[in-house]
Amino acid sequence: MTIRRARPDRLQHFRPRMHCLKKLEAVVVEMQSGVKGSEQKLNVTTIPHVITGKDVIAWITNKMKSTTEESEAFGTMLVAYGYIYPLQNHRKLVMCNDSSLYRFQTPYFWPTQKWVAEDSDYAIYLAKRNIRKKGLLEPYEQAHYNHLHEWLNHKWDFIVMQATEQYKAGKERRKPDRVVFDCQERAYWIVNKPPRRTHSAMDSGLELLIDPNSDEKIPFDTYRRMNLFYQQAIMSSKVKSSVSLGALNKYVATYKNHDPFLAPCLPSNPWLTDNDSYWTLNMRQVEVPTKMRVERWSFSLFELLRDLRGRDDFKVFLKKEFSGENLAFWEAAEELKWGTASSMTSKAETIFKTFLVPGAPRWINIDGRTMGLTVKGLDHPHRYVLEAAQTHVFLLMKKDTFFRYLKSPVYKEIQKKALNPEAHNFSPAQLEHNAQNRSPGIHPLILWQLAEAEKAKAAAASVPVDVKALMSKLDRMK
Amino acid sequence: MGEMEELRKEMENLKDQITAARKTFQDSTLQEAAAGVTVVGRVQLKTRKTLRGHLAKIYAMHWGTDSTLCVSASQDGKLIVWDTITTNKVNAIPLKSSWVMTCAYAPSGNLVACGGLDNMCSIYNLKGKDGNVKVMRELAAHTGYLSCCRFLSDTEIITSSGDCTCVLWDIETGTQKTVFAGHQGDAMSLGVSPDFKYFISGACDFTAKLWDIREAECRQTFGGHESDINAIGFFPNGNAVITGSDDATCKLYDLRADQELLTYQDSSIMCGVTSLAPSKSGRLLLAGHDDFNVNIWDMLKAERVGVLAGHDNRVSCIGVSSDGMACCTGSWDSFLKIWN
Repeated sequence: MTIRRARPDRLQHFRPRMHCLKKLEAVVVEMQSGVKGSEQKLNVTTIPHVITGKDVIAWITNKMKSTTEESEAFGTMLVAYGYIYPLQNHRKLVMCNDSSLYRFQTPYFWPTQKWVAEDSDYAIYLAKRNIRKKGLLEPYEQAHYNHLHEWLNHKWDFIVMQATEQYKAGKERRKPDRVVFDCQERAYWIVNKPPRRTHSAMDSGLELLIDPNSDEKIPFDTYRRMNLFYQQAIMSSKVKSSVSLGALNKYVATYKNHDPFLAPCLPSNPWLTDNDSYWTLNMRQVEVPTKMRVERWSFSLFELLRDLRGRDDFKVFLKKEFSGENLAFWEAAEELKWGTASSMTSKAETIFKTFLVPGAPRWINIDGRTMGLTVKGLDHPHRYVLEAAQTHVFLLMKKDTFFRYLKSPVYKEIQKKALNPEAHNFSPAQLEHNAQNRSPGIHPLILWQLAEAEKAKAAAASVPVDVKALMSKLDRMK
Repeated sequence: MGEMEELRKEMENLKDQITAARKTFQDSTLQEAAAGVTVVGRVQLKTRKTLRGHLAKIYAMHWGTDSTLCVSASQDGKLIVWDTITTNKVNAIPLKSSWVMTCAYAPSGNLVACGGLDNMCSIYNLKGKDGNVKVMRELAAHTGYLSCCRFLSDTEIITSSGDCTCVLWDIETGTQKTVFAGHQGDAMSLGVSPDFKYFISGACDFTAKLWDIREAECRQTFGGHESDINAIGFFPNGNAVITGSDDATCKLYDLRADQELLTYQDSSIMCGVTSLAPSKSGRLLLAGHDDFNVNIWDMLKAERVGVLAGHDNRVSCIGVSSDGMACCTGSWDSFLKIWN
């Protein structure tokens, strides 16, 4: 593990997300020799090495070959991290692409330095400011000051003494130097303790628990386990990268027209036109699906089964072929996998009686070994007891039934029937009208009721046809 | 101590063997394979909606499946379920602990979960009998903060934590079913495969691990990053993994070839990636960064094809809706924006 920063901790936790600081520093160092500074007069004092926003942005655009927008964002980032600070409007940490004045922050105050902005340092700074401004601090500074006074009360004499010393030392400097140092210090504290509504990049959020800089004492046991893992990893079967790359390419190409970011969707994208017809046409229960939807079903069995409307169509095909038990078993296994733990035993029993017992009404044809394993597992049913059988059935469907479905008249018919809605062509006035009359959509309660009704219907329909009872009934009728 | 040294040497040896084995399987690069693919061109997405209502930094958001609803969590102590198309707030759930770092929406749409510095994952039932949203379960056993959680169903949820472990919970009983230990740094994010059989986790030890949920073990480990992995996600076909890290790069790893296929980096991007999401076809990768922007990458050509600039502070979370129609970004400036 590489050591990221040699920062003495001083009781402060490891701070995340500062990996970019080294790269930023390199850019700033280059910039310092690239951008020309000049002397500017600011409130009576002349300040040296002042740069303008537009010079900085021009340099960035030139160096990074990026657009003005991106350079502005990059410039703002440098200000937000505290490498450059604004002279006017010091509370807004943004880089403006005009003649606003900035200065490079002295390396002493750069965020990469070896100390963190500690509270006692901040207290000393505020106390110093207090002395200078004779008690007139900004409201947020006053709030911080009061809070620190309470919390660091035990050190307060020391803090006030330090502040007075620094103030006296400051007074002995020449005025321009003092003004510059004050600006720099103020900028540093604005970045590290930002006032409300100032976005500073030093605000790094919550801190990590494990410090990757610490010396890890990996125990003996862990080494052994890791070695075992690596040995297994070497022996695991791998695929050539060209195969995976080919697969990725194929996937992306197949779905290209179905990606709303890349291809327009018919009739219109509801986000753009505020017209819900796309969603109504593609609802779960719709009689006639859209052409794009039907096309997606042909991509893979997984897609077909995932879209419940597609699953319905597949069921119609399977009924014609009298081979619906595979899909019914797969669905029952899914329900078992994701259902509540309490229902597991009863579900397992029903599945056993319906699909697995020899002579069962919807007996599935799986190989002897899997059947043996599954039946044994059903003695102590758990969530994944049907996993082997379910995978076997899925592969059966994928390799055989799925392709027959795609060539079947059922699928061809639904392809013909599928809708290809006309693209909407709304005028700006119509778009306005759409935005104002946006329908609230179907109430989720109604959708839930529809779903429940459908589940009940499916349960009633899937009650296995007891052939013997039916035959005996027919006999009796004769 | 001699034994430790031996084991350490053996480990280094094995790691070298793995690297060598991976190289032999690397007979092509994505550049070559994707050479014939047409260029995507500049992708420009615009903000369609801005969801206002949070009062503090937004740390996480998650879309619901098959709907325009999404949930977002913010450090003002609120979990808000939004109807994104109308920008109405469907539910505003007050949390016991305001230090929330993650939230998740169940695939059924009945539950939402959140967690953070309280080391617990709280599950809320949205479809309660009297219409009130109440805490259904509090899953407490982690010894570190909760960095990410994802539902497998209404009865199971996976969480990743700062104590370097990921845990599979049984929601009904509120107990841990499996503990996935193996990372050596805070586990920062996780993603579940489309067939719900595997999940991946990215951690601060610079590696990503693929775990088999049923067998409860780590199948593969992917390294290569130079800094913490903050964001992770599956490629839509479930055979590849995308990771985003503090070193400002995103990497694409293939599960079957067991190696890194591509790195998405640019010298002008210096800030770490905080979150990522692939588009529905997998052609585009949207990555949110610390420099307040979202970069859009062409996944096959490894080129930047767009930027979403509009937030005033770090983009902390990003998600693409399940039908692929819109992408939502949440930021520390307390706004969520929907782009299209």
